[in-house]
Amino acid sequence: MASVSDNVMKFFRSSSNTAGPAVPQKLTRRSSGMGEISRLLNSEEALCVLDMGATSANNIRFFTGKGHKNYSEDLLRSSLDPALRIQDGEGNTVVDSKKFLDENLVYPNAHFDVVLCWNLPDYMEESLVKPTIDRLWSVMKPGGFLLAFFHTRDAGPDSTCYRYHVTGGDVLEMQEVKFAPPGRPASEKQSPRLQRVFNNRHIENLFRDFASIKFFLARDAIREVLVVR
Amino acid sequence: MDAPQTGEFAHIGKSVVIKGELSGSEDLYVDGNVEGKIELRNHSLTVGPNGNVKADVIAKAVVIQGKLDGAVNASERVELRKSAVVTGDVITQRIAIEEGAFLKGKVEIQKEAGKATGSATS
Repeated sequence: MASVSDNVMKFFRSSSNTAGPAVPQKLTRRSSGMGEISRLLNSEEALCVLDMGATSANNIRFFTGKGHKNYSEDLLRSSLDPALRIQDGEGNTVVDSKKFLDENLVYPNAHFDVVLCWNLPDYMEESLVKPTIDRLWSVMKPGGFLLAFFHTRDAGPDSTCYRYHVTGGDVLEMQEVKFAPPGRPASEKQSPRLQRVFNNRHIENLFRDFASIKFFLARDAIREVLVVR
Repeated sequence: MDAPQTGEFAHIGKSVVIKGELSGSEDLYVDGNVEGKIELRNHSLTVGPNGNVKADVIAKAVVIQGKLDGAVNASERVELRKSAVVTGDVITQRIAIEEGAFLKGKVEIQKEAGKATGSATS
């Protein structure tokens, strides 16, 4: 007769043999900034929401389900377009910010009530960050909200780049973002590298044309910034 | 989704280039280049992995594996497969987006008669 421990081991062996392919773990985080935006989305009707993360069916369902208009524009992916790379006067390869803004964020002035920037400024080419924020100021309505996440100094250059799925209230589901470098096959996908870490003064300067700015410190080396146009 | 068998769909192969207005009363599979307007009303459009469509599209259902640049109005559903690159506004009742698909534009979910709004799946 088999002992109890034999049976227990048999159970674990059979469990591991029948296990399917590994399912990526879904990470979640609480977001005070998203909590404030959710309250706005629940109290107002037919708002215009610009989601600047990777295209997410989840987010589209969330916003349109509440009767709001959802616009998707994955600016990080657009900024990696090889056609934007030009040579400057000294022969260095730089990103053409004018061409980038001719092709992206092309909306009427004062159009959006809510802009979800997520972690875009931390991963985007430096020369594009300020022009992008300035364009966002133009396309946002006065009183509109913008949510952005910035890493703190504790984050290393290999900090995982996440996309965010709104699940309701203040909870966000996080999923790692991976891109193939420009001109490389999809099999060479890798997570974008953190380009820089903004300190509070840099962030305030970035949004100096906006009416107000509020910081939320989180435990995962992220500062959330909620800005009012 | 593989290319459908010829006969089930009208088929525009990958070496075909069409400029102008396309309309029809059968399902259409486009794996080539179409520039202009596509109107299928009660039928579906599938843009294959090699398809490159620069056109406003009106159809019952639209499935995109390739590239589409234009406004999409699908009375029933829109599916963006993982290789889809779509630039333009989408109006439909239901939208499904696979991981990796790229969409730049507005999504408007129309109410199905007698049902609630907001149906998107991934």
